[in-house]
Amino acid sequence: MSEQHILRAFDRDLEAVQGLVMRMGGMVETAILDAAEALAARDEDMAEKVRAGDKAIDALEEKINEETARLIALRAPAASDLRTALSVLKIASSLERVGDFAKNMAKRTTVLSQMHDIPGAGGALKRMSKAVVQMLSDALDAYNSRDVALAEDVRARDREVDQMYTALFREFLTHMMEDPRNITPCMHLHFIAKNIERMGDHATTISEQVIYLVTGAMPEESRPKADSVTTAGIEGK
Amino acid sequence: MEDMRLADRTASARENKITARGVQVYYGTNHAIKDVDVDIADRTVTAFIGPSGCGKSTFLRCLNRMNDTIPICRVEGRIEIDGEDIYDKRVDPVQLRARVGMVFQKPNPFPKSIYDNVAYGPRIHGLTRNRAELDEVVEKSLRRAALWNEVKDRLTSPGTGLSGGQQQRLCIARAVATSPEVLLMDEPCSALDPIATAQVEELIDELRENFSVVIVTHSMQQAARVSQRTAFFHLGNLVEFGETGQIFTNPRDPRTEAYITGRIG
Repeated sequence: MSEQHILRAFDRDLEAVQGLVMRMGGMVETAILDAAEALAARDEDMAEKVRAGDKAIDALEEKINEETARLIALRAPAASDLRTALSVLKIASSLERVGDFAKNMAKRTTVLSQMHDIPGAGGALKRMSKAVVQMLSDALDAYNSRDVALAEDVRARDREVDQMYTALFREFLTHMMEDPRNITPCMHLHFIAKNIERMGDHATTISEQVIYLVTGAMPEESRPKADSVTTAGIEGK
Repeated sequence: MEDMRLADRTASARENKITARGVQVYYGTNHAIKDVDVDIADRTVTAFIGPSGCGKSTFLRCLNRMNDTIPICRVEGRIEIDGEDIYDKRVDPVQLRARVGMVFQKPNPFPKSIYDNVAYGPRIHGLTRNRAELDEVVEKSLRRAALWNEVKDRLTSPGTGLSGGQQQRLCIARAVATSPEVLLMDEPCSALDPIATAQVEELIDELRENFSVVIVTHSMQQAARVSQRTAFFHLGNLVEFGETGQIFTNPRDPRTEAYITGRIG
């Protein structure tokens, strides 16, 4: 719906709340990239900055919830307006979770900096983070421009992140089997990898909200999955 | 979307009470209703929405032949209630209106007592044999209209002395006194305050256990609150007709979307 409401204050309210979501998205993207950089560079100050920054993300989610509740109460949105209000709530909730994962990555970075380095892990997790940030950024662009094709593309790309995670899982397993002293850092690194993989799932959820917002229905066919970790370890896998 | 209101899922399973096919209405040369097909389900509230002049009230008035009273008005097409053509020559419009009751925008009680207002229909249609039966019908109708407790001690006072909301409920009691099968309501709450509106809406929800209710309303929120099915009229056309939850969350026609979201359509 590109046409404007007869009551223009309604347009302003809807735009304002969507603007907050975009701002929140930007903050979350920065948090992920900073957390990944801190991990790769073993930069404790930067990790601390990410941890502290999560409060602002949480506060913004609360503000979005409040503004949307007001909008629903005062404007009684229907049809695509209602879907916009609902998608705003869901997307803000997904972004908040992603922010938590970035914060968790920063926390583990503080611990990992005290331990010996697992070669290649920091770089691999940084590449994975970049892929996820790109997905997130495209999902939010798709939201902003109501672009279903781009949203579908993001959904399809989650497969690549799943594959990256599976590869890292095997790599960490190998390090841990080689030398038990690797177990503690590799466990932390594995949780980080898993959390980045979960961020990809949230980017996918946001894309699905875009599809719901535009078409009025959630995408039906299940998306391709490439996370074979749940079966890894079984003989022959 | 069919599941929007779980309690009302059965709505779509109800039998059709009214079937309209190819209905055209002309006021002189003005083509007010253009080829409308619609099925109104039994024991269901159906809301007609649309901008002023879209034909929703005109169509409503076709359903009990109220348009017969307008000399320049011409109705074509076929409207059946329980399979019977209501425009058939053998159908007496007065008898039809006992089966298809109507409540109007402005409460219009007769300048008679509360009792006589409700007793009017049963009396002229000879529906009761004696005073005791008539008393029973009056009480039952006033109870159905959720008015009994407020007026039982002053049934002989004039109906026009009641408050606006009470007057409207009195008109509803009068309309249900003849035990109609269908109740037509033309903006029944537009002259009422929010409390009286809520009481009438609660009443509409109760009435659908026994009647097929068709309500014309300018308040989209009211249509959303009380109806199970919603029809959107625009420029004399029936643009979209569907389950109320679907119409208000995911309308299929862009004109419906523009109207219910308050955009310039």
